[in-house]
Amino acid sequence: MKKSAAPHPHGAPPLLITNARILDPASGTDMTGSLLIEEGTIADLAEGAAPGMPADALCIDAAGMLLSPGLVDTRVFTGEPGHEYRETLASAARAAASGGITTFVVMPDTSPVIDDAALVNFIVQRAATDACVNILPSAAISRALRAEQISEFGLLKEAGAVCLSEGRRAIQSSALLKQAFTYAASFSMPVFHTPDDEGLRGSGVMHAALFATTLGLKGIPAVAETIPLARDLQLAELTGVTYHAAQLSCARSVDMLAQAKSEAPAISAGVSINNLTLNELDVGQYRTFFKLSPPLRAEADRLALIEGLASGIIDTIHSDHDPQDAEGKRRPFAEAASGAIGLETLFAAALRLVHAGQIGLSDLLAKMTANPARILDIQAGRLARGAPADFFLADLDYPWVALERDILSRSRNTTFEGARFTGKVMATWVGGKPVFIHADAPAPLQEAARP
Amino acid sequence: MPATTSPAATSSSGSDRSQTGAPPFPPFAHKHLLSISQLNQHDIINLLQRSDAMIAHARQPNDAPAPLAGKTQINLFFENSTRTRASFEIAGQRLGANIVNMQVASSSISKGETLIDTAATLNAMGPDVIVVRHDCAGAVELLSQKVGCAVINAGDGAHEHPTQALLDALTIQHHKQRLNGLTVAICGDVANSRVARSNLALLGAMNVRTRVIAPRPLLPPGIEQLCSETYTCMHEGLAEADVVMMLRLQHERTDKTGAGLNVTPSSREYYRFFGLDEQKLSRAHPDVLVMHPGPMNRGVEIDPAVADGPRSVITYQVEMGVAVRMAVLDALLNQPKTSRP
Repeated sequence: MKKSAAPHPHGAPPLLITNARILDPASGTDMTGSLLIEEGTIADLAEGAAPGMPADALCIDAAGMLLSPGLVDTRVFTGEPGHEYRETLASAARAAASGGITTFVVMPDTSPVIDDAALVNFIVQRAATDACVNILPSAAISRALRAEQISEFGLLKEAGAVCLSEGRRAIQSSALLKQAFTYAASFSMPVFHTPDDEGLRGSGVMHAALFATTLGLKGIPAVAETIPLARDLQLAELTGVTYHAAQLSCARSVDMLAQAKSEAPAISAGVSINNLTLNELDVGQYRTFFKLSPPLRAEADRLALIEGLASGIIDTIHSDHDPQDAEGKRRPFAEAASGAIGLETLFAAALRLVHAGQIGLSDLLAKMTANPARILDIQAGRLARGAPADFFLADLDYPWVALERDILSRSRNTTFEGARFTGKVMATWVGGKPVFIHADAPAPLQEAARP
Repeated sequence: MPATTSPAATSSSGSDRSQTGAPPFPPFAHKHLLSISQLNQHDIINLLQRSDAMIAHARQPNDAPAPLAGKTQINLFFENSTRTRASFEIAGQRLGANIVNMQVASSSISKGETLIDTAATLNAMGPDVIVVRHDCAGAVELLSQKVGCAVINAGDGAHEHPTQALLDALTIQHHKQRLNGLTVAICGDVANSRVARSNLALLGAMNVRTRVIAPRPLLPPGIEQLCSETYTCMHEGLAEADVVMMLRLQHERTDKTGAGLNVTPSSREYYRFFGLDEQKLSRAHPDVLVMHPGPMNRGVEIDPAVADGPRSVITYQVEMGVAVRMAVLDALLNQPKTSRP
């Protein structure tokens, strides 16, 4: 792919996609119709036949495929800067594009930590030149993630940070967190924070239950999440900050959130696709790819999270894409690195909930489009006149098996190796520009949408 | 000290078997011995019978044949151990194996060479069996996936210690003439104990009634599903028990971050409520066996008078340990040759 200084190329001919199932959760649209793209933005969309079509437009018949706003992933780790062998912004972007993700937020725990305006600027610049999708930086809540002093929220925001996050870590001190929330509220900076009590987690490495006991592994109790969550929610209510409980894993957390959201509307919550589609038993015989944080919990927790999703208590689904090299994973379970990649499989894995009848397609897409865009207050995740032309086409009936050899990420640590899926992203556009086309997409689409 | 064999055990001695060359035992259907939970009752009885047959051999090593002559056994210990390593070493020596001992500090492994690298390096040297102890659960299984030879788990974190459970079962069989129908109480630091997990798996497979007795912080989640009964009171839990297995309070395996570091406020308090003394032991069956996998914290989990008393079979356990490890080495290394090339 040729590098282009401008993410939105000018002078490209208009693009018309007809006969698509256009689904836009933000507006409640679900219709068979057409979408017209001009100058990198959505010029028009209409039900049924094409809207007024410019003479020079490139026309694609979507043959009934789903046309969805590009997904917004709120939690992605790369190795750039510092550990580029795991993942670069460019390689993560290619993986994202293949999964229909057109915008993602990168976590600040890189080397160096993104805790300074200049480093935020580095990510913004690097993303603009290297990456085929929109990459938005988050900035560290505390300087160097040391949980001693808060970073310069105002300057970070000015430089382009869309939210504050402590990445894989959690602030232990309630006083520091209160200070951070108070200060962030004055800059209208959303805070994405993972409730995790390090003391209660101890040296636990998986869900504390019978299965961990039989494996001889130390467990992480639910209170390691629910106790700090209670604190976070009270501080959020007190300070009025836009608070996002970044990663929930326990049934009880859903109940606590339901209560808190009824009193403080600026509170939201997210869940990783792993916690929605896998459970503790997937660890099997010490399979380190399933060592995750928060841990995969009991089936009852998974079902409660899905229920929370369907009832609107949980707002977002993210990939928690966390590339780890073989070295970090080929270790005894307790010593192995945590995390799994997930950009490429997020959409297909999430569709499992639709196929299982647990949530409607539009509701599901809202969790990965309109909702994260609303919480982050960014122009993304919707199909509307004048909006950036970030979208994808998906064949909802396409059967496929996730194979290691097809992974686009630089790392291999997927929890879905060998998984069978129904539904696949066939083509993705960012700013009206094609960034991904699947080999099995219909021939006319191949012609028209080759990146 | 009674040394009769159990009804389940074979009446032939080990030397008869080796000298006639007739294999009285079915082949052991596993390449490695990684855990008790992967064995079924037949496998366990097979290993116990083989162990029985090894006792004579273990007691008179000099005039015994050497079925492992020319075989190489590596003892790879990532965690400090004197007794288990010595037991495996003596077992291998008595069978005629060439033995290489490797004591590796676990910390240097995590900093430099990984477990996998170590496995690949050792594998290239072509050993016949590697005996591994590691402080991480699952580490021995991981290593077994990367080598071509047999692997014996000599203890992996809080997961399993299969030869310990076998020698405990052999000890019980010799003193009680059976396993089936007995009540065995396992007391103490169950949360951090691989011995407890292996014993619960073995005794469960052999239809033994198992009780677990410990203060709540030392009872891991879901333990009630792995035993017949759980107790937090020694007086209740020991009532009419046929066997009491004490566990070492694992100071070294408790949590470095602080959680669980001091699950019990003091040794004094632990001893008062969970240390095995004559008074608590009087609740058990009069012919109760007192067992301990060693090394003991005398005055913490066990009264020295009980440890050295008439009902203690702790040194007998150590003796059985050599026979069991000989049997396991023999079972893994003297597999019948396959007919296929």
